[in-house]
Amino acid sequence: MNNPRKRLRRTMMFVPGNSPKMINSADTYGADSLMFDIEDAISITEKDTARHLVANALKAMKFHSETVVRINHPTQTPFGIDDLKVILPAKPCMIRLPKVEDVSEVELVAKEIEKVEKENGWEAGTINVIGAIESVKGLYNVREICKHPRMVAIALGAEDFITDLKTQRTKTGIELYYAREAILMAARDAGIQCMDTVFSDVKDMEGFAAEVTRSRDMGFDGKSVIHPKQITEVHRIYTPDDKQIAKSLKILDAFEDSLKNHKGVLNVDGKMIDKPIVARAQRVIDLAKASGVNVEEKRAQA
Amino acid sequence: MKNSLGREIPEHIPGYKEFRLYEGPFKYMPEHPGAAKKIKVAKPRDNKVLASIDEAIEKTGLHDGQTISFHHHLRNGDYVMKMVVERLAAKGIKDITIASSSISSCHDFLIDYIKDGTVTALETSGLRGELGKFLVKNPQAVKKPTIIRSHGGRARAIEAGELHIDVAFMAAPTCDRRGNATGRIGKSAFGSMGYAMIDSAYADQVVLVTDNLSEEPIYPYSIPQTDVDYIVPVEAIGDPAGIASGAIRITKSPTQLLMAKYAAEIMEQTGCLKQDFSMQMGSGGASLAVAMFIREKMQAKGITGSFGVGGITGIFSDMVKDGLFKAAYDTQTFDTTAVKSFTENPNHLEISASFYANPWNNGPIVNYLDTVILSATEVDLDFNVNVITDSNGMCIGASGGHSDTAAGAAMTIVVVPLIRGRLPMIRNHVQNVITPGETVDVIITDRGIAVNPLRKDLLEKLEGSNLPLMTIQELQQMAYDMVGKPEEVKMSQDDKDIVAVIEYRDGSIIDVIRKPLDD
Repeated sequence: MNNPRKRLRRTMMFVPGNSPKMINSADTYGADSLMFDIEDAISITEKDTARHLVANALKAMKFHSETVVRINHPTQTPFGIDDLKVILPAKPCMIRLPKVEDVSEVELVAKEIEKVEKENGWEAGTINVIGAIESVKGLYNVREICKHPRMVAIALGAEDFITDLKTQRTKTGIELYYAREAILMAARDAGIQCMDTVFSDVKDMEGFAAEVTRSRDMGFDGKSVIHPKQITEVHRIYTPDDKQIAKSLKILDAFEDSLKNHKGVLNVDGKMIDKPIVARAQRVIDLAKASGVNVEEKRAQA
Repeated sequence: MKNSLGREIPEHIPGYKEFRLYEGPFKYMPEHPGAAKKIKVAKPRDNKVLASIDEAIEKTGLHDGQTISFHHHLRNGDYVMKMVVERLAAKGIKDITIASSSISSCHDFLIDYIKDGTVTALETSGLRGELGKFLVKNPQAVKKPTIIRSHGGRARAIEAGELHIDVAFMAAPTCDRRGNATGRIGKSAFGSMGYAMIDSAYADQVVLVTDNLSEEPIYPYSIPQTDVDYIVPVEAIGDPAGIASGAIRITKSPTQLLMAKYAAEIMEQTGCLKQDFSMQMGSGGASLAVAMFIREKMQAKGITGSFGVGGITGIFSDMVKDGLFKAAYDTQTFDTTAVKSFTENPNHLEISASFYANPWNNGPIVNYLDTVILSATEVDLDFNVNVITDSNGMCIGASGGHSDTAAGAAMTIVVVPLIRGRLPMIRNHVQNVITPGETVDVIITDRGIAVNPLRKDLLEKLEGSNLPLMTIQELQQMAYDMVGKPEEVKMSQDDKDIVAVIEYRDGSIIDVIRKPLDD
């Protein structure tokens, strides 16, 4: 099984939990993670339908992608705990805790998970948590939230967040600049992954690509997506290009050579190479491999 | 009796004196001569223009037991078949065989004329709509099973004399007073007259029905005056809304797009996307959407194709306009964008159904296709394809050029979702075979791709591919794991309950459509 802390999560696709058709086809588009939503996309009258539909889908179907269920908030709504009771025995990979504002909420979910893991004889850590920061209060507590041992990733939920800020989404993303940075820092400090928020205009692929490129450059591990066509685009942007791969291979080879032959200061193409550069090169190669690039073929071509 | 695909064919089929069983796509080699046009002598200054359909029926001497033909270029907007059959019924003429190149749901009116005995047999490409349901439930309402032919097979049957047409009623968007007809102009312009060209060339008598009788000479023409006996001007030959849809757009369905992307990838990875390649794609869903991905790949590689064939859509004619392909060979023009291209672009070429796909000539264009991308109602473990009946045995489609292009193309790709509703689309045996598996190379579903094991060359080329390749059995099992194995539909084995006979393109019997039994 993939280590949940290291798993590739370039894309997490939202799938409405009350649509059998969408649940049925969700796995075919190649998203790294599928997030079945039984929270915001589901009206109050449909909550129990969605909850049972998603649980049954998880039990009956084989998914290639990581499975995540976005539950209703366990204390701010009357549905969250019931959601957990039905969803956890169906063994999703992760629970997405929306609108998290305090680490005690993560703890509440974690306790429910632990109970179900023990009842079923599952290894501890079978089911993990991704939290979503959707308010200023949550943002102020994000460092503590990220450090809970059940947390493997943190996400930004922009729509509620900007409502809280009393502003709106812009193409530049200026309104989310601090939140993105703060969440990312907290995630890195805690050693967990960080997912960027959705881009809801599915027709604007150019704007989408620009936003994904920006958040990749900021350091995000991936993007939440709402339409299959966004998946290919994110994966394209997250896949290192041939030049990056060639350069990284050169650095890693030189590093290996210096270790073997006890060389001192290392340089490649006239530039000094130190530890962080080697680490970054390794990350490029790992990402390329995970994205399905045949790295050995690239090495031969180089 | 069983044919080489193992399909059970009855020993006697009403309407056939003798028939051949299907043995393989290029097994039968005929040696007999073909049909010839009846000799006519026209007198100087003969007037061909008549006042009405009634007059045309009288002048042609149409009588009980004859065969009349129509083309399907007016698609679901056709008025001509109804105006003719209504007048035949009014005159008390009975026992007519309708040989239309295809039938749409606008022809559901035929049910009434089958019930009153005006029409007693059909020979066409497919059955659908209410007429399809009626004939599946009441096979004995007609004198003999409907004969289903592919587009190439119909052209062959006409040219070989197996389908003899007494009178062809050909809708013409524009013609002059001598009978030179075109589909390029007129209020009902539909583009290519590819199917009408064969009927006009071989029918004993040809009646053009037009809503634009031109005083000017028409050139270029699709039907020449030398083939035409009479012309009947009418107010309208069809409903513009049903004739040509506005520009056909590429599907937005993520599942269809996914399958289209796989098809384009298969073409690239098997080396089909090379300079001067040729291809045909369908007019809807995933097969048309392939165009979008092909365009991207062609531009990225900096290559151009040679030609495209088929029912031509605006999506394809735009690729010709943009210089991505050098020519479009067109038997049937699908939308308004393509009709415009047909009128304006000299590289958008009109071809007859025989030039398109007739297996019995010196080289139909399908023989030169590198790739064809086709759809299916269902497929089976032997790669056989059904496009005419659904999994419950109801007639919902047409043979069209499916088996013709599959036989001709170097690589045939079929796209079909793995599951529709709650039914797996990979059966042990398809309900009915239109296209034999030995001519089908790749089956693409939304969950995986299977290559025909006969095509070892393709399998070799795809080794190490990142595509979800698996065996057809694995694909079927995946569907079964999700929705279970469906119960077989029980079919009547009584010979009287044969709804239709499916001819392969060479005229051999590939399958029969039987009536499903009610539970």
